[in-house]
Amino acid sequence: MAELIRNLPQTAEQEKVAGPWKEAWRSFRKSKSAVAGAGIVIFFILVAIIGPMLAPQGINEQNLAIRLLPPSSEYWFGTDDLGRDVLSRILHGARLSLTVGISAVILSAFFGSLLGIIAGYYGRWIDTIISRVFDIMLAFPSILLAIAVVSILGPSLRNALIAIAIINIPNFGRLIRSRVLAIKEEEYIHAAKAIGMKNSRILWRHILPNSMTPIIVQGTLAIATAIIEAAALGFLGLGAEAPQPEWGKMLADARMFLLNAPWAMIFPGVAIMLTVIGFNLMGDGLRDALDPKMKN
Amino acid sequence: MLHYIGKRLLHLIPVLFGMTIIVFLIIRAIPGDPAQVILGQQATAESIAALRDALGLNNPWYVQYFDYLKNIFTGDLGDSLRTSRPISSEVWPYLAATFELAFFAMLIAVIVGMNAGIISAWFQNSWFDYTAMIIALVGVSMPIFWLGLMEQWIFSISLDWLPTSGRQEVRDPVTAVTHFYLIDTLIQGRFDQFIVVVKHLILPGVALATIPTAIIARMTRASMLEVIRSDYIRTARAKGQRMFVVIYKHALKNALIPVLTVIGLQTGLLLGGAILTETIFSWPGVGRYLYEAIGYRDYPVIQSGILIIAFLFVMINLLVDVLYTAIDSRIKYN
Repeated sequence: MAELIRNLPQTAEQEKVAGPWKEAWRSFRKSKSAVAGAGIVIFFILVAIIGPMLAPQGINEQNLAIRLLPPSSEYWFGTDDLGRDVLSRILHGARLSLTVGISAVILSAFFGSLLGIIAGYYGRWIDTIISRVFDIMLAFPSILLAIAVVSILGPSLRNALIAIAIINIPNFGRLIRSRVLAIKEEEYIHAAKAIGMKNSRILWRHILPNSMTPIIVQGTLAIATAIIEAAALGFLGLGAEAPQPEWGKMLADARMFLLNAPWAMIFPGVAIMLTVIGFNLMGDGLRDALDPKMKN
Repeated sequence: MLHYIGKRLLHLIPVLFGMTIIVFLIIRAIPGDPAQVILGQQATAESIAALRDALGLNNPWYVQYFDYLKNIFTGDLGDSLRTSRPISSEVWPYLAATFELAFFAMLIAVIVGMNAGIISAWFQNSWFDYTAMIIALVGVSMPIFWLGLMEQWIFSISLDWLPTSGRQEVRDPVTAVTHFYLIDTLIQGRFDQFIVVVKHLILPGVALATIPTAIIARMTRASMLEVIRSDYIRTARAKGQRMFVVIYKHALKNALIPVLTVIGLQTGLLLGGAILTETIFSWPGVGRYLYEAIGYRDYPVIQSGILIIAFLFVMINLLVDVLYTAIDSRIKYN
């Protein structure tokens, strides 16, 4: 009996420790594909950080004597039409692609959530205006809107980033708006209002933290799309400029030499694909772990 | 039903107006003076000023916008700066090319994607299921322009099985009637040309179909798995019906509704994907028409091209929503 009593508070303690995040982590860890995805993402983030230090050559070290060489022990991924080491350029490019993908998503998540919260919480005419603008933006195929934005700002990697951030805003905005609409009617929000809490404090302390999970899930999946969109703009000549080793731009450059040097086209594409697979798997895993209701 | 369609069309009006405003603003915001572009670098200041006046560029923006709206309503999409021909007549062959490609791609996506999803659900956790779902994951994660290049490298350059680019044999062009070459060649009885047109469609079609195929396969599998576990399927099995009949006759009907949603959404998204696919395969579609116009700074074409694609996108999405009512009477529209 004494032992039983001694054990009681301990179990209570343990239950308190296993919060929702820990629970989510446990379920995330159980999914093999989610862990594999996270592994790939971590690998590419490491490549983005230390890759340029490991790269045997610089971004634009040209040597026409060794142009279009196939993969060998010296040049693992071969060389391109200007005699640049493809592996080195991919290692440098990881930083560009990941930076663009992640920053674009952070920007759109920030502005999208802000607009979504305002629309959902305040409702009425503000909601109508914001929602209509979202509708109109979503009425354009996203790559088309991105092309339009870049043609206004001028082609560059930074402007491609801005374009991708803009086109993704409505996705986050709509998601958060619907979330806020649901949370707004919860009893604890009514209670907070009843005790005289200010709107800003309710938004900051209650609505925002409770909207975090869909933002995280949508954000991870959106990074995958953003990386492909950045590569697409680079490929169309509307993103990164020469000699930036952005992966999409590398594909565009390699296109002319498809017959002689397919490796210059294969490896950047594989790099894009693997990174995107990583973020997709991780995003799916996060969704299952954090928000099982979102699973379709 | 009619009430619902009417309501949706009414909702569309502000969206369409918004689209015209955005397109109008985009074109005004693009750096560079259209008059300068039309007349070239050597133009004198007087001739530029005269042309600006003639084009109405000196009017206040709201006058310009209403002129623009008035033109759209009368079907006048402006003239291309490059060819000096009216866009509304020039654009049709390009649109037909895009429709043909998109239709072909969607056909591949629906046939392959649905069957792969059905078989994956039928033999859940089998090697087929795993392989199909891994391929689907790779499919949604692959940049389609890269896939297009890989296809060209493998099937055109290395194996020489299929043409690299274009829509037809240059030496033996199709006589265009409807500009849908699959139809045109058939009504003229040119089966040899029909085969050539199909061969040209395969590589860009597969590239464009990849993402929708993968998404349809995933959706069909998920939806099938849910339906297969329901009582009426168990009853059908218990009656001793063959699994094939149970799956394709009974289960599919109910599993289809969420799949149709995805098919509809993906059809709209194909228009975006078409811009990239058409660029790689030199496919003379509306995406490429627009992309080239950007290169030439052909403002009227950019303006109308964006508007046309966006309009089609909205219309396809509306059509999909309306189709649900016909298919699933459980969905109620208010």
